[in-house]
Amino acid sequence: MADSRFVGQNIFGTQSTSRSKTHYPRWRYALSLLVIVVACVYALPNLFSPDYAIQIQTDHAKNNKGEPFEIGDSFIGQVVDFLEKNDLGVKEQEKLENGTLLRFHTEVERDQAKGALETRLNPTGTDRQFVVALNLADTTPSWLQKIGGRPMALGLDLAGGIHFVLEVDIDTAIQNQLVDESEKVLDRLRDARIRYLPGQDIVKDQTMIIEFADIETRDRALETLGEFYGLPNYEMSSTQASGNPAVQMSFASARLTEMEDLAIDQNLEGLRNRVNELNVSEPLVQRLGQNRIVVDLPGIQDSSEAKRILDKFATLEFRLVAGPEDNPRPAEVEQFEYENRMYDVYKEVIVEGKNVINAVAARDENGLPTVNFTLDRPGGDRMHDITKDNIGEPMAILFIELKPIVSTELIDGEVVETTRIETDRRLISVAGIREALSYNSRISELDASEAKELALLLRAGALAAPMRIVEERTVGASLGEENINRGFMAVVIGFALVLAFMLAYYKVFGLVANLALIFNLIIVIAVMSSIGATLTLPGIAGMVLTVGMAVDANVLIFSRIREELKVSKPWAAIPAGYDRAFRTILDANLTTLFVALILLFIGSGPIAGFAVTLSIGIVTSMFTAIFVSRGIVHLIYGRPNVERVWI
Amino acid sequence: MNIDFMSNRIYALVASAFLFVVSVVSLLAMNLNWGLDFTGGVLVEVGFEEAADADDIRVLVEDAGYQNAQVQNIGSERDIVIRVPPVAGVDQSVVGDEVYAMLAQNYSGTELLKSDYVGPAVGQDLTQQGALALLIALLLVMVYIMFRFTGKFALGAVFALVHDIVIVAGVFSIMRWTFNLPELAALLAVIGYSLNDTIVVSDRIRENFRAVRRGTAMDVINYSLNQTLGRTLVTSLTTLLVLVALLIAGGEQLFGFAIALTIGVIVGTYSSIYIAASSLLLLGIKSQELALPEKEGAPTTR
Repeated sequence: MADSRFVGQNIFGTQSTSRSKTHYPRWRYALSLLVIVVACVYALPNLFSPDYAIQIQTDHAKNNKGEPFEIGDSFIGQVVDFLEKNDLGVKEQEKLENGTLLRFHTEVERDQAKGALETRLNPTGTDRQFVVALNLADTTPSWLQKIGGRPMALGLDLAGGIHFVLEVDIDTAIQNQLVDESEKVLDRLRDARIRYLPGQDIVKDQTMIIEFADIETRDRALETLGEFYGLPNYEMSSTQASGNPAVQMSFASARLTEMEDLAIDQNLEGLRNRVNELNVSEPLVQRLGQNRIVVDLPGIQDSSEAKRILDKFATLEFRLVAGPEDNPRPAEVEQFEYENRMYDVYKEVIVEGKNVINAVAARDENGLPTVNFTLDRPGGDRMHDITKDNIGEPMAILFIELKPIVSTELIDGEVVETTRIETDRRLISVAGIREALSYNSRISELDASEAKELALLLRAGALAAPMRIVEERTVGASLGEENINRGFMAVVIGFALVLAFMLAYYKVFGLVANLALIFNLIIVIAVMSSIGATLTLPGIAGMVLTVGMAVDANVLIFSRIREELKVSKPWAAIPAGYDRAFRTILDANLTTLFVALILLFIGSGPIAGFAVTLSIGIVTSMFTAIFVSRGIVHLIYGRPNVERVWI
Repeated sequence: MNIDFMSNRIYALVASAFLFVVSVVSLLAMNLNWGLDFTGGVLVEVGFEEAADADDIRVLVEDAGYQNAQVQNIGSERDIVIRVPPVAGVDQSVVGDEVYAMLAQNYSGTELLKSDYVGPAVGQDLTQQGALALLIALLLVMVYIMFRFTGKFALGAVFALVHDIVIVAGVFSIMRWTFNLPELAALLAVIGYSLNDTIVVSDRIRENFRAVRRGTAMDVINYSLNQTLGRTLVTSLTTLLVLVALLIAGGEQLFGFAIALTIGVIVGTYSSIYIAASSLLLLGIKSQELALPEKEGAPTTR
């Protein structure tokens, strides 16, 4: 079976006779050139090695008058002077939105400066007022930054750090919410003088069941409650429970979704506040799927410290205490012990932890530890209304801590983790109301460490639902560095091997392909940098793989050209080769792109990093093969009188 | 070059069938050596100042209450990896911290290289997602090829892809290499790569079926394979070159990924010739099926 038998009949090859076909449109040159120039500019920031830097931010610092302290030029000047006195030269300082960034010449100087600043700004034994975080500062020139140029961010596997995935226990949050609601529902029934049968657990399995003595009462209850509770928020129906007619209530699905989103959002917010306590310069806190939250803490190694702060789930409630003359109904109060005395504390909550905007540990005029806190508007108004009517009465602060207790069991060889929430509720303060309180108040009678912890928990905010850690990955700094070096080596070796091979095999065309390949790599880096993609080790692997595969489009074209050259002159064979290979390239790359996109959608972490570079690489390699390499080939061999090509 | 690929296809098919069956048997009998990403559990990698003895450390870890912990050297003799299986009644998310703290107490100059904890629920989710991704990828590919080519090409391509994935997974199973997330990504990349090859070959087969009315289907396929052989080999070679670079420089972290792709590229190249193309013959492809539809008109090339 000879080649000629088929090629001779090839209806395409002999068609390209028109000389006008050697024309290569100007706009293609222009587009190629434009893309390459833009790509070079946006890939450029990656060449500037970053400065070792320290970022200082105010963390609820107050000035002498108790107003929020802002980092200004004079503060920055003082810090720089202080460091210079310690023989630590600052290379450059810069004011940020609410902080400052100090750049240093060497890593050692930077680390010494951090230690010195930490002890100077946050003396031991006081509440921490400043966040002093290590940072790697971008050295991209300002003109480049102005047009959006920035280097690729390094993933945790390259930079070192901790990655947490926390699972939000939405069921518990919903259950708690329903318990809250049930109190109001019972209040309404009492107001309407409808008698219900007292039961122990009205709320079970996210359903509220209220029993009545007879059907007539139940129907009256249904009617009364129907005015307030119904779709789209509640589902209500009549039922039987332990032989009694009953009303059954639960949240409708629209409400559930809304509550779920709200709970996750509140937890995200709470976590962001907590993460700010951790001296991390660029933390990432974001939702993952339905009920999980990712927390990435680059540059941190001590995971137990991080966990201590992330895991804590606590809130406060301010409540009135029943005085000796009060005669509260037993259902209205709960009993708590405080300093060996029992108190009747009203169930009604005046202000909750979520009303607290800010809290700092401080010392009062007698030098005793206190926590000063600020309430939001509704909280402040309520606090004022209630305290002004109850001057002289005692008020209690109830501290509620929810600890997720995780236990592991092996059931039929499968590991099953169960979480139980342990609630610890205790009074941390009982004090007489001396005057009407308002937005700003204080909690006294604490010891110093209690005050510090309480302030932290108060300003970190209550989390809406308990969470637990379901995944944790720590990468040490040295392993990160090793990964960067290895990744870089792999790119260099792979690239060199491919370039050498292409040059040897395709000669001049190999050189063209190599140019296209280099441009391809630059464009991939530029795209990744400008869309803010994070570079990870699998991402580097994807890049290396792209190099190998990007050759493919060129190879397809060149082998077509070689075939065409057997039957036609170069000026006809070259465009024919490009044109005929185009369809194949498109088909082949589109299907690969499908696969890469599927990877992108299902994958998180390592898979996503790989999929991002692979997808970008597929698109850019098509562009460089079809536009750029063709343009260069045309420049070299575009004249009609070319007789021989080196391919 | 003119190789009569298709006449020898029976040998190739026997070899493929053998590899496929061995892989399936191994996967059924021994499963994959699933890594932490899928099983959940705790893994701690610690660097020591001097050469560390895995047995000594195993004793320490066991004394600390973690029975059945796997302790071994990794990369160099100064690096140790410790895998701790779930212990009943223990919150696993703190195990890594405790193990490292214990080692840091007993040895000076230790360094935490890596500490992973994956909860069982996360692992289960990933396994499901991974399986789903493979299925969706295969299905989408099939639909696309059916649309662009014909059902027979789609079947041929999917045969080839399943062949490739099963053999790569089979090698992992037989060699007891750990199968983690990056290896899953590699498996999906193998689909992408092998598909790329299969489509290039199919494209040429279709083109020649349309252009050439003479000769048997076998002649046309043979001829097309010879035409694309140069390109197939060059692309596979360049891809293998970069994979070799990854194997040399990538280190422990990328070994599984690189080796899975290396096997995948070799098997994928072979399968686009022998599985995809000979499936076409097996399915009885005829040139009439590939006649150009009216509206596409004359061939596109100038």
